[in-house]
Amino acid sequence: MQKRFMAIWFRHLTTDWLTLKQPELAAIPFVFAAPERNRIIITAANPVARAQGVYKGMAAADAKAITSNLQVLDHLPDKEAKLLRQLGLWCIRYSPIVAVDLPNGLILDISGCAHLWGGERVYLKEIVNKLRTSGYNARAAIADTIGTAWAVARFGKKTPIIESGMQAQALLNLPPVALRLEPLILEKLQKLGFSTIKSFMLLPRTVLRRRFGEGFLLRLAQALGLENESITPLVPPVPYTERLPCLEPIRTAKAIEIAIQKLLEGLCTRLQSEGKGVRKATLKCYRIDGKLVQAGISTNRGSHSVSHLFKLFVLQISKIEPALGIELFLLEAYRVEDIGVPQEKLWAGNPGLQDIALAELLDKLAGKIGAHAIHRYLPAEHYWPECAVKEAASLTETPATHWRTDRLRPLRMLHAPEPIEVMALLPDYPPKVFTYKGRRHVVEKADGPERIEREWWRDKGEHRDYYAVEDTSGQRYWLFRSGHYDAAPQWYLHGFLA
Amino acid sequence: MTTAPDRKELISRLQKDILQWEGYKAPPSGTRELVGLGPVEGAFPNGVFPLGTMHELVCGNTEQATACGGFISGLLSVLMQNGGASLWIGLSGNVFPQTLKVFGVDPDRVIFINLSKDKDVLWVMEEALKCAGLAAVIGEVQEIDFKQSRRLQLAVEQSRVTGFILRNWSKKMGSTACAARWKIKPLPSETLDSLPGLGFPRWQIELLRVRNGQPGNWIMEWSQGRFKPVSKPVIKHQELMVG
Repeated sequence: MQKRFMAIWFRHLTTDWLTLKQPELAAIPFVFAAPERNRIIITAANPVARAQGVYKGMAAADAKAITSNLQVLDHLPDKEAKLLRQLGLWCIRYSPIVAVDLPNGLILDISGCAHLWGGERVYLKEIVNKLRTSGYNARAAIADTIGTAWAVARFGKKTPIIESGMQAQALLNLPPVALRLEPLILEKLQKLGFSTIKSFMLLPRTVLRRRFGEGFLLRLAQALGLENESITPLVPPVPYTERLPCLEPIRTAKAIEIAIQKLLEGLCTRLQSEGKGVRKATLKCYRIDGKLVQAGISTNRGSHSVSHLFKLFVLQISKIEPALGIELFLLEAYRVEDIGVPQEKLWAGNPGLQDIALAELLDKLAGKIGAHAIHRYLPAEHYWPECAVKEAASLTETPATHWRTDRLRPLRMLHAPEPIEVMALLPDYPPKVFTYKGRRHVVEKADGPERIEREWWRDKGEHRDYYAVEDTSGQRYWLFRSGHYDAAPQWYLHGFLA
Repeated sequence: MTTAPDRKELISRLQKDILQWEGYKAPPSGTRELVGLGPVEGAFPNGVFPLGTMHELVCGNTEQATACGGFISGLLSVLMQNGGASLWIGLSGNVFPQTLKVFGVDPDRVIFINLSKDKDVLWVMEEALKCAGLAAVIGEVQEIDFKQSRRLQLAVEQSRVTGFILRNWSKKMGSTACAARWKIKPLPSETLDSLPGLGFPRWQIELLRVRNGQPGNWIMEWSQGRFKPVSKPVIKHQELMVG
């Protein structure tokens, strides 16, 4: 397919932005200025200032002399990049591949996008009108190459849409500066009297190379479409994406449900044919007020079941705030994995953790209560009780080592050991009596001590001597003494034994 | 006029009929002792520990909750022996997975869910009980009323999953739709020949309420990977020996 690019030029990016932010500035001449070689040079001027003869590159002092009430504001470094990024993200509703073109433009790869809006002319008009109504003076052009689109957006006088293959004709009458050349080369061209592109376009390449270098030829070739040029998209495109533009802005939960259903049907059919399943997906809703709301889901195992994924998204609908309405839905499956075709089991066996129903249940629970509440543990090779288990990364991960049962461990372990008052008969003996939460327990039987050393490479501190004790009524506790007995150690209760 | 033994026989036959109508089938011979609880199972209708229903365990403090945890884990080892998974939904979230292995449960096949509200626990529990692939679902709550327990019971009737509710620190004891209400208390353990150290965990198992069965009171020990009933005379005898 023939590539088509759109270049958008914001003629007065920073001043437009400030006027939007402070509407009272619209009637006052103001400029942005930055010091350069001991002079204050104007970097941008608003329409009122320009009407009075102030232009970019002028010294601020001169500008002040010719205007009565000029406001000189400090130049904001990197402001353009930030603004362009925001505008670019907004433009993603028109094309998935949008790149920032510093200092004052955007490049959109619109191959296969324009027909959704009813042709390139309508598409271009729509974008430019939307930008203009939101307060940015923008010009745009569409062409086969980035170079030509860029040139026509800035210097074109006739039509902004260059038909496929007509780059050369479009460029003929434009000045050399439209080719994105370096100032030094431009100066040379001017000296030699090349005032339009057509005056040098047909000269032999060897001559041009000798005078202007390889970079010049590359720019020319890129504009004509003889060399490829790539752009870096603002948001890396997600391979599994479904788009649903809406004719009317959508505001109700029911309508969002229908949209999700439609998107999922499209996505799942594709995933199914490729044998993939969604692990993580995001629903992005572009609202007409320019904001983006999104809801994400994740699953424990890849799934391409419409009904299951739909259930997960329905739990998230309450988080989607439609405000004035949503005009575009974008479903991105940004993590997918291969899934095998499940084999039908004829004889009954308990599938355990491999059960699809269990995975779907956990997805649903995670959607409602959050994935952080769901845990599965595997043994870790540590004696230190707090590190003896580790969280499993997935449902299918199997223990790498055996679960140890040779040491007495509590069934319920406190998150943090709680200090207790004890009375021990002999220094290294288990306590005879201890008080926990105001209750006194007389120890009848005890096991221990089991010394557990702290892992010095992880943290510093005292070792622990653990005792398992049973009080007179048969209740069992797991106590420890922190450190050696000769230094008035503190005792703690760390758990309850069954 | 029927005689007394006739009447007794009639009543027992009628009771059996009622049980059948209520859906309790007498098990075929040789499949008894499903969960290894020994004499306790005799308290249930037809002498079978009811699976696929809700069980309620009442505990007044953390020590009892731990004993309940041990008791449930012992049952889980049987329920999960053919590879099933189970869910443990806790308010405290302090169950130490490694210890479950002592009770014969593979801790990596238990999924722990830590929540802070009764409402959330009950919601998760209901959803989980609808999932037929699970072996058991354990939920720790503070309060549960009849309506909530009825919902859970209806869910398990569909899926045949066994549910356990641990009521920690419950203030009021209203009736629930559970098949059985248990109370598990820790008891002082006995060591062989009065050796020092701790013996096997020993619990007093009280069956406070059971649908169509006989409430009762037993003493059990967890030793060598199974429940072992402790008969009271033995204790007395040992006490005499010690004394």
